[in-house]
Parts: sequence; structure tokens; C-alpha cells
Amino acid sequence: MKKVNFHNLSSNLSLLLLAFVLVFSTSILAQENGDVKAGEALYKSNCAACHKLDKKGVGPALRNVAEKYERDWLYKWIKNSQGLIKSGDSKAVALFAEYNNSVMTSFPGLSNNDIDNILAYTSLPKPEPKIAVAPVTAKNNDDGNLQNIILAVLVLILLLLVIMFYLVAKSLAKLYKVNGIEEKIEPKIPLWKIFVKNQFLMLVSAIMFLLVAAYFMYGFFMQIGIDQGYAPVQPIHYSHKIHAGANEIDCNYCHSSARKSKHSGIPSLNVCMNCHKHISEYNGEEDLANGYTKDFYDKEIAKLYDAVGWDDAEQRYTGEEKPVKWVRIHNLPDFVYFNHSQHVKVAGVECQTCHGPVEEMEIMYQHSSLTMGWCIDCHRETNVDLENNGYYEKIHEELSKKYNVEKLTAAELGGLECGKCHY
Amino acid sequence: MITNMKRPVNILITLIITIVMVSCWTDNKKPNFQYMPNMYEPVGYKTYGEYKGFPRQMEAMLPVSGSIPRGWIPYGYKNTPEGKALATKELKIPIEVNEENLSKGKELFNIYCAICHGKKGDGQGTLVKREKFLGIPSLADKGRNITEGDIYHVMMYGLNSMGSYASQTNEKERWQITMHALDLKSKLNGEPLWSSTQNDPTEKETTSEKAN
Repeated sequence: MKKVNFHNLSSNLSLLLLAFVLVFSTSILAQENGDVKAGEALYKSNCAACHKLDKKGVGPALRNVAEKYERDWLYKWIKNSQGLIKSGDSKAVALFAEYNNSVMTSFPGLSNNDIDNILAYTSLPKPEPKIAVAPVTAKNNDDGNLQNIILAVLVLILLLLVIMFYLVAKSLAKLYKVNGIEEKIEPKIPLWKIFVKNQFLMLVSAIMFLLVAAYFMYGFFMQIGIDQGYAPVQPIHYSHKIHAGANEIDCNYCHSSARKSKHSGIPSLNVCMNCHKHISEYNGEEDLANGYTKDFYDKEIAKLYDAVGWDDAEQRYTGEEKPVKWVRIHNLPDFVYFNHSQHVKVAGVECQTCHGPVEEMEIMYQHSSLTMGWCIDCHRETNVDLENNGYYEKIHEELSKKYNVEKLTAAELGGLECGKCHY
Repeated sequence: MITNMKRPVNILITLIITIVMVSCWTDNKKPNFQYMPNMYEPVGYKTYGEYKGFPRQMEAMLPVSGSIPRGWIPYGYKNTPEGKALATKELKIPIEVNEENLSKGKELFNIYCAICHGKKGDGQGTLVKREKFLGIPSLADKGRNITEGDIYHVMMYGLNSMGSYASQTNEKERWQITMHALDLKSKLNGEPLWSSTQNDPTEKETTSEKAN
């Protein structure tokens, strides 16, 4: 907070003063309640898996827990909570029951001094929300407005110009009339008439016209039914860029059925909740230009909680579930068979080969054309891994001899036969 | 004069029409249109399709209650501290400890577990390093002293902040992961690999019988 206050002062003196104040203040805290820094490290490595400072997690919120219970009781509880419960301590039994009988791991390894340090850390006052966030988001909105305003002004100028031209032309015409000058209609033959009369030119231009038209018609017909670049709006904004990119979560973690079934599967919400039971807010980078702020992402996580029926404050499921209507992006026509497990598991094809740089996609889109030509291109070029495949050794050898190649492609193994995909 | 006057207006109109048409065609939020859709759309129900007659119009449904997938074996331990203690004590790996199962286990561990528990099992996965999750214990944590039954039970039901992985893995896969986790634990403790101590031929026979 002090930092914000002093932030705008740019003189060296104020910076020195700031540094002095900061150093001084932390040293005071450290002297008073045990080592906050050591406490923070211990808290993060031991407690933070289940406890949060200001919010109920698996266990209770820990801010100012030192004031709620006596020090000695806390030592006993942290070192061996089950022992304390079994000894019949009323506070311990009540706490255990309140948190659905979840057993707190015993930490016999923590000394009283360690616990003091942790309690010093949990007794720190709650940091005030960053003030800097609000003006930044407001500025972002201004940016959007500014663009719109510029656009509107440009359109207005264009309209004004058109009207001006019209008026000028009109007044000129009036002027001609007033001055008695009449437009001279020259007996010149207009250019287009000359053009029309020239049969050669007409023929050439007709052919050109037909060719160009055919070119565009071909392009138009070839893109029918192809959804390359299709990026529908999903009911919950799920960013592959954050999950698969920044956090490096394996594709198979959520799309677990890609390994063993025809479909890669839309992950069910319980898979989301494996992590989001714990992660209820976004604390990563913000993309202000596109409006992807912390606030935006937090609302999307709230949508997930709403759908799966998770009461975040009480940390329990309410049982009121609402299905999420995800929009399917990759659709193959009914007359073609495609199997994910065959490509992911057997062939070992990377997901990105077909789905593109998913780990960079804030909004998921269809990367490939998914046409038959696209399939076949890949089958022609991809060598199949035939190592350690004793069962088919003989047929692989004979095929290699037949095609006179060392490594067989998917096409040479029959990957171009119609019946493999169409039946 | 008249033609001159009209020209800018004409240009403007054409421009507007083109912009509107182009923006309609390149709207990537809507699917492209199809030639003869009945060739594309299946007669049967499409996976994740929306059809009348289903509850909530959802084609994706849970199996009929009480139905059991082929090869599925019920898991007898309850999701309670007592159930966990019992599983820790009794539950043993029912499949053979071999190279194939271990390498599968490693692959699956790296997909599902390593993101938090770390590829070495030291509790330093990517999500921990990025402070999304904190306090993930090492597999070799002395206070926990994990065992095979323990690992399997926790994967089945989840524990505290960890969710259940029963929907993403099947029984065999969970045992394969357990094998790899025990190997990692012994490696972290600086002991000989757990799997190398499991090659007792008599035990192998009994375990493979159990699996059948």
C-alpha cells in the first residue's frame, strides 16, 4: 500500500525513503511474531494444499487462526490431530465433525518454533485489493470506445464528402443554367460503343470473364462443407492457451478417452473440478487488449461452479446440476469413419498434427480442413513404426519387398483403401 | 452530369454490399453450409448430439443404473478414513509387475499425476511451480508412508484437495500407475527400485491367477 502511495513520486529521494520504510517495516514484523518468511515457506509447502488464508478450502481458512485457539492446543492439533480427537478434546471433535471427518495429515516433523513461524505468517493482515487494477480495466474500455469513435468519425466524414460532392455538382449545374452555358453534347462515339463493335476484343474479354468466373466458382464450390477456422462461441470460455499452454497440462489429462476410444471426448465436469475445486480464481497474466481480465476469467470459473452445482463458499456440492451445451467444432461427415485411439495410441500421432497449435488458442478453432485429400496426404507421407511388432513381421517384410522401400507408409499398408474409412 | 453525380453513391453502395457479404461469409462463429446435408448427418444418433426424446435433449447419457462394464470388478473399500486404513493394510497389486506394465504406468503417471506431483514424484509439478497448487507432498513423505493399497485407494476416491481419477483411468491403469509411483518413491528414498524387489516367481503366479 505504501508502494502505491509513493509510486508516483519520481525523485530519487522518495525511492530511497520507500526502500527504507519497506526494509524497516518487515524487520519489525519479523522481530515481533517469529519469522514470517520462514513461516510462509512452511505454510506453502505443508498447509496450502488444503487450507487457504481467507477462504474455506478442504480445511478452514487460516487467517488469524492463532487468535481463535490457544497456542498449546494448536501445537497438539497440528502435530497429531487424530490423537487429539481420540483423546476426546471437545474442540477437536467438533472441528473434525464440522469438516466432514476429513483427516488432517499429522505433522510430527514441525517443531513448536516452525508452527510459531507459520502462525506469524497466517496472522499477517489481509492485503488490500490492488487499486491499480480498476483504472487499467477502465482504460481498456476507453480504448475500445476510442476505436469505435474513430470509426464513426470516419464514416461521418465519408458521408459528408458524398453530400458535398452532390451539392457541388448540383450548384455547378445551376450555375451553368444561370449563365446560359449548355453542355455541349459532342458527337463523339463513347468508348464502350467502340469496344462493343470490336469483335476480337469482345471475344477475348468474354473468355477472360468466363475463366475468372470459373476460377471463383471453383473456389466457392470447393469450400462448401469445409469448416476450417470454425471457432464457435462456447457456453463457458475455456482457454486452451492457459491450460495446455501456460500450465502444460497434457491433452490426455482431460481428453482421456482419446487414448482408448473413437472419440477424444468432451471432458465431463468432474475432470474440471479435479483442479477447480481448489482453484476458484484466476491469477495469471491478463490480456487487457481483448478483455481477458482476471474478472472475466473468475466469472467463467463461477459459470463452471454453477453448472456442476458446487457451492464454493461452503465447499460442497449442492446437487443442482445444469448441463453445459458445448458446441462441437470438429465434425466429420457420417460417411467416413475416424478413430482417435488408432491415431493417438497406435500411430502415436501428436494431437497438434491435426488440431494445430492448440496450446496457443485462447478460443479453440478448427485448424485443419478435415477433407479427404488432407487425410490422404498424411497417409502417403507418414511412415509407420513397425518395430517390435512380431505378429505382422512377415507381411511387413513382403510389403517392403513389393514396394521396394525400407519404411512403409500408412498408404502402403492399405491406408488408401476405400473400405478402410468408408463403409 | 447525372452519371457523374451518381458515381460516388454507386461506389458506396457496392462497397457496403461487399463488406456485408464478405463479413457474412467469413463469420467463423457459424459452421459453413453443406451440400446435401443428409449425406453428412447420420441417421442414427450422433455422439454428443441434441435430440428430442432424451432427458434434457442430451444424447450423452449415463449408463442404466446398475449396469456394469465388461471386466469391471467392484471396489469394496469405502471412501472413509476407516476404508482407507483398511485398503492401506490389505490391498495388493493384482497384476504382474513387468516392464510393459511399468512403462505404461510411467506414461500414465506423466499424463495424470506429474502435473502436480512432478515427474519424479517429489511434489514439484508444473502447477506447483506456478503456484496454482501448493503443498503437494513428495511420494516419499515420511509422515504419509504410502503403500500400494493407499495409492490405489486415493486414485479411486481422491483425498482432500485431490480429486478422483476413477473416470479417467480404468482398474488396470490405476495399478500400473501405482507400480510407477512406488518405483519413484524408492528412487526418492535412495533405495533400490521397488519393482526390482518384486521379481519373486512364486508371487508372480499367484498374482496372475488373481488377475484372471
